[in-house]
Amino acid sequence: MEAAPKPGSGAHVKGQGKKQKPRRYWEGGNDEAHPLPDKGSKRKWEERPQPKDAQVPKKPKQIREPRPKQKQELSSKQTQKVLRSKQTQKVLRPKQNLKDCNSDQKQELKPNQTLSGAQDPFPGPAPVSENAVNKFRRGGSKFVTKQPLKLVTKDKLKVAASEEEETSVRAARAELLLSEEPGFLEGEDGEDTATIHQSDIVEAVDIASAAKHFDLNLHQFGPYRLNYSRTGRHLALGGRRGHVATFDWITKKLMCEINVMEAVRDIRFLHTETLFAVAQKRWLHIYDNQGIELHCVRRCDRVTRLEFLPFHFLLATASETGFLTYLDVSVGKIVASLMARAGRLDVMTQNPHNAVIHLGHSNGTVSLWCPAMKEPVVKILCHRGGVRAVAVDSSGTYMATSGLDHQVKIFDLRGKYQPLTARALPQGAGHLAFSQRGLLAGGMGDVVTIWRGQGQGGFPSLDQPYLTHRPHGHIHSLQFCPFEDVLGAGHSRGFTSILVPGAGEPNFDGLESNPYRSRKQRQEWEVKALMEKIPAELIGLDPRNLGEIDVISLEQKKKERVERLGFDPEAKAPFQPKQKKKGRSSTANLVKRKIKVKDQEHREQVRQSLQQQQQQQKKLQTSQSTGPPPSALDRFKR
Amino acid sequence: MKVKMLSRNPDHYVRETKLDLQKVPRNYDPALHPFEVPREYTRALNAVKLERVFAKPFLASLDGHRDGVNCMAKHPKSLSTVLSGACDGEVRIWNLTKRECIRTLQAHEGFVRGMCTHYCGTSFFTVGDDKTVKQWKMDGPEYGEEEEPLHTILGKTVFTGIDHHWKKDVFATCGQQVDIWDEQRTSPICSLTWGFDSISSVKFNPVETNILGSCASDRNIVLYDMRQATPLKKVILDMRTNTLCWNPMEAFVFTAANEDYNLYTFDMRSLDEPVKVHMDHVSAVLDVDYSPTGKEFVSASFDKSIRIFPVDQIHSREVYHTKRMQHVISVKWTSDNKYILCGSDEMNIRLWKANASEKLGVLTSREKAAFNYNLKLKEKFKYHPQISRIARHRHLPKTIYGQIKEQRIMKQARQRKEMNRIKHSKPGSIPFVPEKKKHIVAVVK
Repeated sequence: MEAAPKPGSGAHVKGQGKKQKPRRYWEGGNDEAHPLPDKGSKRKWEERPQPKDAQVPKKPKQIREPRPKQKQELSSKQTQKVLRSKQTQKVLRPKQNLKDCNSDQKQELKPNQTLSGAQDPFPGPAPVSENAVNKFRRGGSKFVTKQPLKLVTKDKLKVAASEEEETSVRAARAELLLSEEPGFLEGEDGEDTATIHQSDIVEAVDIASAAKHFDLNLHQFGPYRLNYSRTGRHLALGGRRGHVATFDWITKKLMCEINVMEAVRDIRFLHTETLFAVAQKRWLHIYDNQGIELHCVRRCDRVTRLEFLPFHFLLATASETGFLTYLDVSVGKIVASLMARAGRLDVMTQNPHNAVIHLGHSNGTVSLWCPAMKEPVVKILCHRGGVRAVAVDSSGTYMATSGLDHQVKIFDLRGKYQPLTARALPQGAGHLAFSQRGLLAGGMGDVVTIWRGQGQGGFPSLDQPYLTHRPHGHIHSLQFCPFEDVLGAGHSRGFTSILVPGAGEPNFDGLESNPYRSRKQRQEWEVKALMEKIPAELIGLDPRNLGEIDVISLEQKKKERVERLGFDPEAKAPFQPKQKKKGRSSTANLVKRKIKVKDQEHREQVRQSLQQQQQQQKKLQTSQSTGPPPSALDRFKR
Repeated sequence: MKVKMLSRNPDHYVRETKLDLQKVPRNYDPALHPFEVPREYTRALNAVKLERVFAKPFLASLDGHRDGVNCMAKHPKSLSTVLSGACDGEVRIWNLTKRECIRTLQAHEGFVRGMCTHYCGTSFFTVGDDKTVKQWKMDGPEYGEEEEPLHTILGKTVFTGIDHHWKKDVFATCGQQVDIWDEQRTSPICSLTWGFDSISSVKFNPVETNILGSCASDRNIVLYDMRQATPLKKVILDMRTNTLCWNPMEAFVFTAANEDYNLYTFDMRSLDEPVKVHMDHVSAVLDVDYSPTGKEFVSASFDKSIRIFPVDQIHSREVYHTKRMQHVISVKWTSDNKYILCGSDEMNIRLWKANASEKLGVLTSREKAAFNYNLKLKEKFKYHPQISRIARHRHLPKTIYGQIKEQRIMKQARQRKEMNRIKHSKPGSIPFVPEKKKHIVAVVK
């Protein structure tokens, strides 16, 4: 057994760590075979560690080679040219290059040559791979109309597209500055990682990481619900028999510990660690970090599950009475109270991508809710029995559900809501949780099993567990700690913090959620966050909808305008032949010219419609080809 | 087994001493920044609300004139100096930074009809009802000296306007005809006439400096070339044009302030149709002046308000008014593109910000960045109904508000009538005339 270099343990180790980049777990041999459905999923594929002597990349996509080495070994111009020509296929180079070439031509200098005669072996900005840029592409505008656009509009769209492209290239280039690498766990040849014990991992890793594995033996007030704060720094525990505690789990500094003398159903931090909500037997209570009760919200009664939507400042509560209630915690008003009409609600999760609430019901359906709509946005029949647990991954692409039929299923949330994979487990999972990097944890009885995906951005494959752990008690809640390789499990005998290498996002954004922020930074952040609180009515399935053009109302508006004016102001004026001199403008001639133009336009129209038809047919064919092969009995179908 | 855990060294993320700046590592991964569009939208909404909160355009009122301010002139070299002439023949020179009058002189008997500065800023010209053109030194008289004009030219008829050439020692006056004068002579170099009506204003083109435009009370706008003895061409509009102003950036564009409440931006090369008809005023437009960037212009109106129009838009982006401001007769946009001056009937000159919510004074780089970011956000989301509603909202005096409503009804009625007429007559017999062409009577070359 060997340990990976421990960070911060001397310069020697550090350097070594840089030269030999560790292989990550998702970089299997057959990585090309895996589907990559998400646009952001192709990140860092080309960043695979290279052997030292491999200078010319094997794949044309792979182009980030260490610069100084190239200078040493590829000094001759010709080899460079070969390299460049290989790169040009996939490499994005900013326009500056063209500009350089132009100025060079003026001075009659060859490219890559300066006035002093010194050569820049790497002219222009560093190349960026297409895949790295893809991660930052927003997908552009989906705006399509049949009407011809104005020249000004076309120009604007073009400028916007080029600006977006430039920002994504720049962002991709800035990725070089990220300082941390994600964790990983690999077995030796043939060794199954699921057989590796927590104690083995603790032994192998550095002290700071080893200290993240701990057990809290709290057998009196169990089973425990838990919640990590958004920065991943603080932990709140709520025991069924009234024990509530919050603490900084890294330094183990206790913030408050109280007993509310009432059953605690769920506990949840609000936007900062200074406030947390506790769902107690009768009502919802809000406490501050000293354990002082600030509010008792009597309009939310008999709450079973809590979810906090941090960007909307909404606390969503699901109650025994079957109501889903949204409480705006910034102003203390109830935004919406929706009757789910499905009996007792005790399975709830949020989609962190679009703030839609997923409720699991006893009839096997999962319903998706927005505060602005009285009815569910989507209803998915997931299981034959009732739904026991639901979890949605951080990109909002996959939903994992587990039901009373002992199945765990993973659904695609991008439109079709079809199960991608399913697996029957002997006991079925009572709790599910996704990590930031797409690991799925399931709690079955007193066993925690973690599945990992194939490649970043893919959904976890349920065939082979990545890790398993057996805490001392029956699992009651699970959550991955943000920005840490840690899974928290609340169970009947307390709380266990499990080490899961590769679970957390290694590089946090300091302005978004900073685990190391000071008090002043937190206060500053809080003001900013409150300023840009998103109104509740903007919650919908696609959060980017707001930036798109509303084609329907645009067309409606135009129709109304045409009706009001009595003519179409943007319509093309009919062709009027110009007056020509010297008798060439005879009436017959004019008519001829008119007919000519008319014919041309007609021909163009026909050509376009034909093209459209062909495209549609192609589309149809491709869509049909995915279905079952045609059979002779199809003709009897109705 | 190979294992690596995420283990951050806190020293890399926390500042060492309290004197250091806080460390803020960034990661631009879109997955870490959810709700990008809704958050930007909320920011845009906040920005547009703050813009309205901070929209306090009125800066100062310069009082001292004893009659309505009839004309104003900018100093070509000094940003802080402005000249104004009143209806009682008094001319005042103002210092805008101190907001006080630095010199007063009794220039004419009766109105000061027009004034302009010499391009080098050493002297200025005034014309008055007393049929004289006077040239004055910009600096005041020495101790013991009398306040006297440098030159006085006695004309035959009343002069109604004056403008100086932008590069040569030549100026033009108007009255019964357009006269072009050499500064050294007491008789005009040439007189240009086309028709027999009185000409109310004449303006030199700042780019193509030999071209000048004038507007006469027989409803026409005439263009001249100084190098020719005859006028170039003229366009006849529905109603009288009070004054015109050339675009300082696009040599062939000028805007005319008309009595029919509208402003017309013309392309000099094709006068048969204006490029834009700007309509928002509810009374005759009396004066117009371009911003030095040539993207916007300000207009003064008889309806006691001034409006700022983008050159390429029909409706104004801003309207300024106060309770005490009466009919605005003259308006100027300062050369630093920041302020607007307007002189009105009730003897005051008012100083406004050109951008109502702009913060004056030195901005820190972070402030600047924030303003630019907000500007971009407002532009990005400007078509969203909430945001456009807030950005568009202006408080208006009851009179203007009522008149706008009334005129909208009248316009709708006219449109309805025209539509009905087209609908119920033989197709093609009644042609549709676009708004642009409605106001042009004829173009004569």
